Amino acid sequence: MARIIVVTSGKGGVGKTTTSASISTGLAKRGHKTVVVDFDVGLRNLDLIMNCERRVVYDFVNVIQGDATLNQALIRDKRVDTLYILPTSQTREKEALTKEGVEKVINELSETFDYIICDSPAGIEHGAQMALYYADEAVVVTNPEVSSVRDSDRILGILQSKSRRAEMGEDPVKEHLLLTRYNPDRVERGEMLSVADVEEILAIPLLGVIPESQVVLNASNQGLPVILETESDAGQAYDDAVARLLGEEREHRFMTNQKKGFFSRMFKGG
Amino acid sequence: MSFLDYFRGKKSGSANVAKERLQIIVAHERGQRDQPDYLPQMQQEILAVIRKYVQISDDMVQVEVDRNDNCSVLELNVTLPER
Ligand SMILES: Nc1ncnc2c1ncn2[C@@H]1O[C@H](COP(=O)(O)OP(=O)(O)OP(=O)(O)O)[C@@H](O)[C@H]1O
Ligand SMILES: [Mg+2]
Repeated sequence: MARIIVVTSGKGGVGKTTTSASISTGLAKRGHKTVVVDFDVGLRNLDLIMNCERRVVYDFVNVIQGDATLNQALIRDKRVDTLYILPTSQTREKEALTKEGVEKVINELSETFDYIICDSPAGIEHGAQMALYYADEAVVVTNPEVSSVRDSDRILGILQSKSRRAEMGEDPVKEHLLLTRYNPDRVERGEMLSVADVEEILAIPLLGVIPESQVVLNASNQGLPVILETESDAGQAYDDAVARLLGEEREHRFMTNQKKGFFSRMFKGG
Repeated sequence: MSFLDYFRGKKSGSANVAKERLQIIVAHERGQRDQPDYLPQMQQEILAVIRKYVQISDDMVQVEVDRNDNCSVLELNVTLPER
């Protein structure tokens, strides 16, 4: 039985695809057989972040519609050999995904994979609902900013009412908060919501805090999941998040400004 | 922000405002979320009935369902205009 994890947010552009790529790579690096599925039908970004855009032949929608087998559509990652990517269609509409179609593919993937990571499209409508429907767990990607937090709360509402687990009256989808693009400097200056603020409002357990980092853009330019930049703050923060997802206890890092000098610390009594 | 506040690390930026606004909107939306689907329609109809007698605006009628363990209470709040 695979663990099905949706990476979702409501608001667009907050870091879902970046997160899906890194979490799936992190799980696979630890030896778990992992597949990351792109639910963003019509856009398709995951293949670029995973550096396999030129190897896409068949996609998720082809498999749902019976035009290709799963094995024909799955792309094996060149860096981590327990990692596979199921790319999505660039030409279809989000409505090409149906509960029955998605279920068929998820069930088949469940037979061979330990982890299925679902990269959700933005929004709270059909596409996002298809991505979260079969999830056992949800990583709610949130930026420390009003509209992102509000949308995260709305997506939590959907997880609690419209997921398969909710509809069947099973145990609820396990929720994790992943705060990304965090800027400790700005938080200290009172310009940005803090981790504690967002935790208090959303009231779900914190999986990790990913700092705002130049490295993320550099990595995505090269088609490298940022978790493989093992020296970088963002890479390490994602590695911590993956460890916690697997039940490891790790202290939260990157929540304060590392470079802060002795004097400012002294004056702030910290 | 005063000079001293700065060194005490007291926050005076807009994050506090953001947090307060979020707390209000999120609480409001969570309340809406648990409401039955028929509620907006019912609110419109109640509004129409009251308007036969008194002129009131949309936001002067508030309809809410409060669910407890074994019963639900329909709460109807109508503000009448001053005479
Ligand atoms: N921690 C970070 N630091 C800096 N930039 C980041 C960080 N995380 C994501 N980004 C940048 O934010 C942009 C959006 O990221 P991404 O594509 O992962 O978001 P998304 O939620 O998948 O977007 P969409 O809703 O369009 O699918 C990208 O340019 C990415 O490089
Ligand atoms: Mg995306």
